[in-house]
Amino acid sequence: MTKDAAIPMTRIFETKIGRRGLVAGSASLIAAPTLWASPALAQATAVIDVDRARTDPIPIAIPALAGSSGEADRIGRDIAAVITNNLARSGLFRPIDPAAYIGKTGGTTGDLVNFQNWKAINAQALVTGKVDSQGGDKVRVEFRLWDVLPGQQIQGTAYTTTLSNWRRIAHIISDVIYERLLGEKGYFDTRIVYIAGSGPRDRRVKRLAIMDQDGENNRFLTDGGFLALTPRFHPTRDQIAFMSYVNDRPRVYTFDLASGKQAMLGNFPGITLSPRFAPDGNSVIMAQTTSSGADIYLVSLGGGARRLTDSGAIDVSPCFSPDGSQIVFNSDRGGDQQLYVMGSDGSGVKRISFGRGRYATPVWSPRGDLIAFTRQTPDAFAIGVMRPDGSGERILSESFFCEGPTFAPNGRVIMFTRETAARDARGNGFSSRLVSIDITGFNERVIATPTDASDPAWSPLLQ
Amino acid sequence: MNTKILGAFAAVALLAACSSQETPKPVPQDAMNKGPVPGSQEDLVANVGDRVFFDFDKAVPKSTAVLDKQAAWLAQWKMNNVQIAGNADERGTSEYNIALGAKRAAASRDYLVAKGVAAARISTISYGKDRPVALGSNEEAWAKNRNAITSVR
Repeated sequence: MTKDAAIPMTRIFETKIGRRGLVAGSASLIAAPTLWASPALAQATAVIDVDRARTDPIPIAIPALAGSSGEADRIGRDIAAVITNNLARSGLFRPIDPAAYIGKTGGTTGDLVNFQNWKAINAQALVTGKVDSQGGDKVRVEFRLWDVLPGQQIQGTAYTTTLSNWRRIAHIISDVIYERLLGEKGYFDTRIVYIAGSGPRDRRVKRLAIMDQDGENNRFLTDGGFLALTPRFHPTRDQIAFMSYVNDRPRVYTFDLASGKQAMLGNFPGITLSPRFAPDGNSVIMAQTTSSGADIYLVSLGGGARRLTDSGAIDVSPCFSPDGSQIVFNSDRGGDQQLYVMGSDGSGVKRISFGRGRYATPVWSPRGDLIAFTRQTPDAFAIGVMRPDGSGERILSESFFCEGPTFAPNGRVIMFTRETAARDARGNGFSSRLVSIDITGFNERVIATPTDASDPAWSPLLQ
Repeated sequence: MNTKILGAFAAVALLAACSSQETPKPVPQDAMNKGPVPGSQEDLVANVGDRVFFDFDKAVPKSTAVLDKQAAWLAQWKMNNVQIAGNADERGTSEYNIALGAKRAAASRDYLVAKGVAAARISTISYGKDRPVALGSNEEAWAKNRNAITSVR
């Protein structure tokens, strides 16, 4: 693999910065309804819950972070733009158009805030900060999050890192804002590994690719000399398991993101496919084809494999529950494809899908509360969710073709593949895109990718 | 797979080169084509049939007539080894379709083995829905893409 396939991971140092008192507009102490009942509560929990934010997104002002130099100034603007894009795309925040800002926002360096000007444009929350060049490629980014009505600082953090890391800083700050205002972990400092498709469909080139969750920093990890399919992240997100047709032997491989090194997983006579890491990261659950279908195996990264199903049918697409105690998979053992749950040792197999159509590609939410799936009916495909016992089925998105949901690490957003039909015999009109949607079924968005894209897998958050 | 495509191009180029010595003008296809070499991949395609088809979500060939002819041809050309590639239409999820394609390839192989072809002469692979022969999104195209294709290795 080429050297630039490797993903650099520079360390980011984080320090808390003190809370500042009010400096402008003492009238703001006469607090009307605020985001937080009291400063103490503001520190501990957020009052706005996610469901309320969905119908009533939080108005937030994100002026450019002030820079100590020309380059720092540019980074300050770029960081604010990335935060704005992240929060707007979540559907839970309404970033206020900078054209509405009152007064000199460029001087909002972090600790001197005129809250009257932000109240006047109905900002509930405000982000301020500054960027200091510290010589060489070192940079210090300071950020503060404010509750505008009482004029209280909710969070203050400084990050020291290298210049090239500015984008990750913007995502980390976005996650802090999301968590402090909504009381749940965010998902912005994450990546998507996916398959980049190009060329005519009968000679399709499919490459392993990776990008930030917002579609930036795209990199191709394989050169397209062989088909690559269905990549999935290791829990530490430094490794990928995927299916590769290298040497015309379709098998599951691991791909190390730091070194670009690939290795076949296990030594199976049949085709191996549909890998997913166990939550502990020590093994991969996947399927091997037989002449009568496919069986599910648990394959240790250290060597050794154990067969978990032997139904004589097609058992594929297994996925562990987040606590590792159960496995959901799809099987046509009952005639057509349905979802089944079993214990992690293969015991106690139980069907959970009973709706109209075929069910496939189940994935367990990182929160454990839902299983997302693909549902196939004669005329359409759909992405939906159900509880792990099969109850409460809801369809989120339906189209000519969609498949392969993956959860954001906070379990709030799903990403999947959507394809359009060819409109002629030469395949014109076919396209493949990544689409994200809230688990409520709202806020559907297409992710911009440089080529056709499919098979997304969302990374975990870095701990 | 790539080498197979290259091989096909090379064969065309060779035929074109031969014919251009005989006549300076482009000639109709028929004049260039003296028929495939017996026992070759082209012979298999033109005179035997290289593929069988399947119903939606099924792995039993709709007709085994072509497989009977393949078994007889393989009995005649004992030096030929073959690969059977199983394929699926686009109306299915990617992972399931790979397993379905593998099952279709295995069904063709098992039929040939039952007809006396040595199992060691046959390898199988599945491309799921990633190597369609027809590029449309309609039942006519899907029917063509639910197949198992035999090729000389």
